[in-house]
Amino acid sequence: MHQDSVLHNLSLTMVLAPLLGAIVAGFFGKVIGKTWTHRVTILLLMVSFACAIYIAKLLILDGMPSYNGVIYTWADVGKYQFNVGFLIDRLTAVMGITVTFVSLLVHIYSIGYMAEDDGYQRFFSYISLFTFMMLMLITANNLLQLYFGWEGVGLVSYLLIGFWFHRETANFGSLKAFIANRVGDMGFLLGIAAIMTYFGTIDYSTIFADAGNFTQTTITVLPGVHWNLITVVCLLLFIGAMGKSAQMPLHVWLPESMEGPTPISALIHAATMVTAGVFMVARMSPLFELSQVALTTVLIIGAVGALFTGILGVIQSDIKRVVAYSTLSQLGYMMVGLGASAFSAGIFHLMTHASFKALLFLSAGSVIIGMHHDQDMRNMGNIRKYMPITYVAFLVGALSLSAIPPFAGFYSKDAIIDAVHLSTIPGAHFAYICVVLGAFVTALYSFRAFFMTFHTKERMSEGLRKNLKESPWVVWVPLVILVVPSIILGAMIAGPMLYDPHSILGNSVYTAPQYDVLKIMAGHWHGAWSAVAESIYTPAFWMSIAGVAVAWLSYIVFPRLPNFVTRRFSWVYYILDRKYGFDDFNQIIFARGTVGLGKALFKYADLKLIDDYMVNGSGRGIEWFSRTLRKTQSGYLYDYAFAMILGLLVFLLWLLLG
Amino acid sequence: MTFTIPNFIPAIPEIFMLVMICVILMTDLFLGKRIKSIAYSLTQLTLIGAFLLTMHQYGMPKVYTFDHMYVLDKLAILSKLAILLVSFFVFLYSREYIGMTKLPRGEYHILGLFAVLGMMVLVSASNFLTLYLGLEVLSLPLYAMVALKRDSGVASEAAMKYFVMGALASGMLLYGLSMLYGVSHSLDFTAVAKVVSETSPAHSLILIFGLVFIIAGIAFKMGAAPFHMWVPDVYDGSPTSVTLFISSAPKIAALIMAYRLLVESAPGLIIQWQHVLMVIAVLSIVLGNVVAIAQSNIKRMLAYSSIAHMGYMLLGIIAGTKAGYASSLFYVFTYSMMSMGAFAMLLMMSKSGFEAENIEDLQGLNSRNPWYALMMLLIMFSMAGIPPAVGFFAKLGVLEAVINANMTWLAIVALIFAIVGAYYYLRVVKVMYFDDPKDATAVTAPMDMRIAITINGLAVIALGLFPSALIGLCRNVFFG
Repeated sequence: MHQDSVLHNLSLTMVLAPLLGAIVAGFFGKVIGKTWTHRVTILLLMVSFACAIYIAKLLILDGMPSYNGVIYTWADVGKYQFNVGFLIDRLTAVMGITVTFVSLLVHIYSIGYMAEDDGYQRFFSYISLFTFMMLMLITANNLLQLYFGWEGVGLVSYLLIGFWFHRETANFGSLKAFIANRVGDMGFLLGIAAIMTYFGTIDYSTIFADAGNFTQTTITVLPGVHWNLITVVCLLLFIGAMGKSAQMPLHVWLPESMEGPTPISALIHAATMVTAGVFMVARMSPLFELSQVALTTVLIIGAVGALFTGILGVIQSDIKRVVAYSTLSQLGYMMVGLGASAFSAGIFHLMTHASFKALLFLSAGSVIIGMHHDQDMRNMGNIRKYMPITYVAFLVGALSLSAIPPFAGFYSKDAIIDAVHLSTIPGAHFAYICVVLGAFVTALYSFRAFFMTFHTKERMSEGLRKNLKESPWVVWVPLVILVVPSIILGAMIAGPMLYDPHSILGNSVYTAPQYDVLKIMAGHWHGAWSAVAESIYTPAFWMSIAGVAVAWLSYIVFPRLPNFVTRRFSWVYYILDRKYGFDDFNQIIFARGTVGLGKALFKYADLKLIDDYMVNGSGRGIEWFSRTLRKTQSGYLYDYAFAMILGLLVFLLWLLLG
Repeated sequence: MTFTIPNFIPAIPEIFMLVMICVILMTDLFLGKRIKSIAYSLTQLTLIGAFLLTMHQYGMPKVYTFDHMYVLDKLAILSKLAILLVSFFVFLYSREYIGMTKLPRGEYHILGLFAVLGMMVLVSASNFLTLYLGLEVLSLPLYAMVALKRDSGVASEAAMKYFVMGALASGMLLYGLSMLYGVSHSLDFTAVAKVVSETSPAHSLILIFGLVFIIAGIAFKMGAAPFHMWVPDVYDGSPTSVTLFISSAPKIAALIMAYRLLVESAPGLIIQWQHVLMVIAVLSIVLGNVVAIAQSNIKRMLAYSSIAHMGYMLLGIIAGTKAGYASSLFYVFTYSMMSMGAFAMLLMMSKSGFEAENIEDLQGLNSRNPWYALMMLLIMFSMAGIPPAVGFFAKLGVLEAVINANMTWLAIVALIFAIVGAYYYLRVVKVMYFDDPKDATAVTAPMDMRIAITINGLAVIALGLFPSALIGLCRNVFFG
């Protein structure tokens, strides 16, 4: 009881502190001024971060049992009960640290990045609100609260993509994110509804406890076709995850989201929000483990995304877009990990990715500050001379991302690749090829961006170059802090996270015995350093090295090579430049088709049928009715008395005769 | 026949009220000219005292006294608490207005207190006579209050209409009660209920006759169609502070009266009264919502809205289940709170020589006083039943009750006309926020009124966000 109340209070503080910050910054930001706005929000976020660390200590180090409790019953409708409740287990603890840590650094970084912006207070209010929503999402003990957080982070994300709402492209990007997510959320909502219908509850613990009873249940969506219930539920939930975690083909919104301020790209569109889908699948592992079809789907979609969105990163010239496509690719890796039932590996990659991707984005942001908001790498070059700290930070990020041992990304990505290699479910073979090739692509685009930005000839204008200098300390301090986990996080926790029988995630994720690849891998694990030594026997390692080498050759040694390749293989370049045609397809089929359909419906159904006949018609009808009825109120006493007596008589006759 | 001293304890709040009314009557006579606020202060003290005394009774087991004529049960206690609380706010809101329009202070407060006393007796009745006594102690002061502005022709006309119609309705009620008495030879609710349930079909004719007359009386008191004719004229003709009073606390008393008469004393006739009430409810909902649209006078508009709300409130009774009764109780509590807030806003906008009573008087309230506009907006949203205001949960409760009683069609009709009704509530919001004010002076009010309207407005939203506490109280009355 005592332990429960400790966790209860800690998690409540952790979740509510950022909300308080958002309220203060949002409603009183103009009153208290810019300085106090960031002081208050950052202080409250530190509180939240401290709580997250303490929760993790209690759960993971002290081995306290997880806490599952109801905070408030929101509605009690028939047989359903809707609660606000917390499930604080190891998965939540790990996610809590990741979210609050990155968010805290992004808050600090934003002091520098947003200093000149008019929407300073609005910005801080949004990111604090985002943190609150994300914490609600990960602490939820039921699907409704998860959905609340899910939509909440989505909302803040749309608001922030369109933060500079006077820019046409920002509004377009925000709209695109909104629409793509609607498709995903539709699936997610249907999944929740299916669970509610069949399980009769939306409470995790009850769902997981009952899941075993439904393995043979089938449902009929189309007449004559029987589908396994668990499979349908998992696929629907996964559609939601595809939207939020930008998996193919719902990934189109993420590159567009780069229209938002760079700290946001780091926090929301790289480190935290987009991993919500990964978190959700891990949270729902007891369901996914029951359906091989769902696991295979997760695996294939993830693998396809990991490879093909990575390739797109190779041809981008906008520094943020490169990192954005790399995010898409890495999210694919996480999904592959989940699909291979290596849930710990997926979440581990989520953590390392959060640190090195935030590092890359914030470094890119630092460059962008120096370049006065020019993001085109073709206008950069040799920036290492002017921004040494940023240079080192980006290098560490790129090494970690390219999975070069012993950086953090190596441990997590290598674990995923191994897991897929060992996995026996259908599609694992194809996925393995994708992720290994993906390792090459990852290293290629990371180092291409690195070389183009920090090495090669200086291509910026004279005026810019004169003013080019290292960013202020509020910007580079977060970079330095992020460098640390990007280097050591992997070596430090790979063992306990993945292979220890009492692993960090413990029983908060569930793996069916027949899929348990991590258990096999644990047999080959001899500590973090021997993993580095053994890595030279893995194809993935050589792929990464090859990627770095190709980038070095084509941008430093033979700078004319890329141009030659582009001309020689112009059809490949064309396909990549059109992003495999996803955007065009959406634009032509969905956008134009919808607009056309909308216009037709508007003209005939809306204006004529609904507006004219139904809306205005019923309005006119009611108004006429109203005027007529009003006349019964004549003002004469005898009319009133007559109405009363008439009413009385009618009732009498009706009851007596009827 | 031996005479035993009855148990006075259950009636302590009423006795306290009566004593205090006499005290106020005398103090006002001798000190009223010198100390202007004495009647008001003593009135509020009386209400607080009675509230505390009733509070003290909360949780007591059900007890009868005065020869089984008077009952103190959970329903009585909870509704008395609500009536006293609402009345406290009513007098608070009226203070400034009474001074401004030079209505006789002493009379207003004393009459008001008598009406409150009548309501308290009414909700505690367990016998036809007590019930009728309470009803008349409630009604007579109200007639006089409507006519309080003696030099106003409209007010006198309204009072006259109210009185004549009220007398007619009282007559009908008495006639109906006498028929029930004729069959059962008793005036006691439980005894009547027993006879009514066991009576042979031969007697059913006279019972149905009696029932219809009783329902007519109840419907008149509530102001439900087709016995509603007095409502718009009285709401419109009375001084706004009186309208405020009539539209709030007495509605609670009327619901309890309906419950006591129909559910407690005539459960055997449930099929019959359900049928009649269904027609009354539908008529009220349709007529109230539709005619309200055509009104330009906001007091008349709110009058029709109250007719519609009474229709919704009846749905819970019609359902004939405990959950239904609880939802009706919740409905009437929240309705009297919303109605009070709406009229209070009109009081605050009135200045000496100017009565705010047309919808256009609210034009541009947002620029004159944004906080008041927000409070009015919350109240209007709540009346329209828009979540998360409490009005939504009130409607949800009664609709759920009728659906559970397999009267889905009734719920559908109620819902459609709730949508129609949203039009005129939202028009008020539109006028406040999107029209330019004719008179740009800021709207101000004394501190206590500002606090009260803030509590009132925020309560509408707070109870909507956290409805379970009040719903729990209401359900506890019937299930506990």
